Amino acid sequence: MLYTPNVKQQILKVPFAKRVKNNIKGIGQATEIVIDTFLCIIRGQIDIKNTIIQMVEVGYMSFPIVMLTSFFTGMVLALQVGSATANLFNEPVYIGMITGYALVMELGPVLTAVVITGRVGAAITAEIGTMKVTEQIDALYTLGTNPIRYLAVPRFISCILMLPLLTAISNIIGVYGGLVVAHLSWGIPSTIYMGDILDVMTVRTFFHGFIKSFFFAGILVTVACHKGFQCSGGAEGVGKATTSSVMLSMILMLISDYFLSDLLVSLKIS
Amino acid sequence: MAGIVLKNVYKSYGDVKIVKDFNLEIKDKEFCILVGPSGCGKTTTLRMVAGLEDITAGDILIDGVKVNDMPPKDRDIAMVFQNYALYPHMTVYDNMAFALKLRSYDKAEIEKRVKEAAEILGISHLLDRKPKQLSGGQRQRVAVGRAIVRKPKVFLFDEPLSNLDAKLRVQMRAELKKLHERLQSTMIYVTHDQTEAMTMGDKICVMKDGIIQQIAGPLELYDKPANKFVAGFIGTPPMNFFNVEVLSENGSLVLKEGSFDVKVPDFMKEKVAPFVNKKIVMGVRPEDIYDKLFANISHQVVSGFSATVDIVEPLGSEIYLHFNTGKNVMVAKVDANNKSKPNQVIELILDLKRIHLFDLDSGKTII
Repeated sequence: MLYTPNVKQQILKVPFAKRVKNNIKGIGQATEIVIDTFLCIIRGQIDIKNTIIQMVEVGYMSFPIVMLTSFFTGMVLALQVGSATANLFNEPVYIGMITGYALVMELGPVLTAVVITGRVGAAITAEIGTMKVTEQIDALYTLGTNPIRYLAVPRFISCILMLPLLTAISNIIGVYGGLVVAHLSWGIPSTIYMGDILDVMTVRTFFHGFIKSFFFAGILVTVACHKGFQCSGGAEGVGKATTSSVMLSMILMLISDYFLSDLLVSLKIS
Repeated sequence: MAGIVLKNVYKSYGDVKIVKDFNLEIKDKEFCILVGPSGCGKTTTLRMVAGLEDITAGDILIDGVKVNDMPPKDRDIAMVFQNYALYPHMTVYDNMAFALKLRSYDKAEIEKRVKEAAEILGISHLLDRKPKQLSGGQRQRVAVGRAIVRKPKVFLFDEPLSNLDAKLRVQMRAELKKLHERLQSTMIYVTHDQTEAMTMGDKICVMKDGIIQQIAGPLELYDKPANKFVAGFIGTPPMNFFNVEVLSENGSLVLKEGSFDVKVPDFMKEKVAPFVNKKIVMGVRPEDIYDKLFANISHQVVSGFSATVDIVEPLGSEIYLHFNTGKNVMVAKVDANNKSKPNQVIELILDLKRIHLFDLDSGKTII
């Protein structure tokens, strides 16, 4: 049973209005983190060494898992498209076009963001949350420093820079994954496959996915930092915050994906 | 260095009041202790002084400047936490230098301050180690060192010795006291341990449920507690309390406990008289209860007071005897030569010059 009687009671104890108020308060706190982060960046209060460490952590260290997931995503896309078009048209057609288009416009940015959220978002929340519950963040305040500058800014910059880069790499690897299946399973020559992709790819198509990845990066790091800074309740609290951070980030990304897509399509960036 | 003033300070979380009408003045260079049971609001008060918690109402002034809305980094305070809050990936040197580096201090100045602080705390040989390679006492010294290097106006300590073993706590208590004398700084120290409070503080603020019970020096708190709570909180073993009825018999006032009577001495009559035919609380410290066989008190005592020994706790230099009068239990602190055994019935006497009387309802001190 998803909700035991105790959990159900606990949820019902908190009035709806209070929950709404708490959520609004959370949005305010997250907005404050974003504003403080931007102000630190504008003022040049950037810890370069820390930022580089984070970029390595977010970018370089995530590369293997991004490569793996995007390769297999490309493979399965090509398989499914080939199968569907073979059923419809008696021939596996449009594999390159649909695979490339789907990857660059949607699956590349979304799946990369989801994978990085699970890896990096959880790590950010866990690290900052652990620092919060062991009073290391309070110590930063009393040592006369701004924890946002030391903790949030490097992570913000690294996610904003690295996620679009990883998305671009993911798109390329996904396309090659699709090529493997297209060639081996459906007998499509690589020139035909690649030609199909290049026929539909424009700079706007590329920017459509690229812009989304920037927004997803912002969502990821804002939610992760907010959950970390608000963490309480010892080890259990850190666990809850980490889970909550990953879930919330993913939900917000998927919801914002629709609205971003709608906006970008209406602006003809597709 | 600086004085601190807390004026009518309140702190609430929603409808829950944590700190209520807190008024305290700490002079420059004073070592002030906030002591009380868990949940009494002492750490919350400290965190309000640090700027880590917002104030619901009232004012906090540091060195004459109102700091209510000032962020912690601008208050020129340094805080030492119960869990040390050291950065695990940094060496001891880096932990101590961290705040100075972030404030762009000169490298030479950073090195000078860190080495000075390390020298004071006896951790110069540990500068290259990481926190996980240190003992609890060493980590706490690093945490203190991290505060010292900043040369702040005010030092704040949040139960810094709670995680240490008993022997180390005694050692660190003395070291912190020496540190205060050396640095001549204003310090606020939070603890739930009344022994720490009594041995370290110039001024002790006893708190309960967010309200100040008494502010006084250690000896005044011990000898002249303002109410029953302070009397019971300060002192180990704690004060024995007996509910007694004040009766007038043959022109004298008598305190009737049920298993023994106490004739009120002349110097107490005036204050006890308003409570005739009412119940009050009599408090007696363990060291003011004597085994009649070994007692050597010249002034008036109560007689015919016998009790059964329940437990004997030998501490080496003294013995704690736990008694049962049939109506009450109590503890007496007696000489190490006492030969009492469990289940033995012995005669006890009280030093009446040292008893305390409290109002039953309000707990306020009558005498």
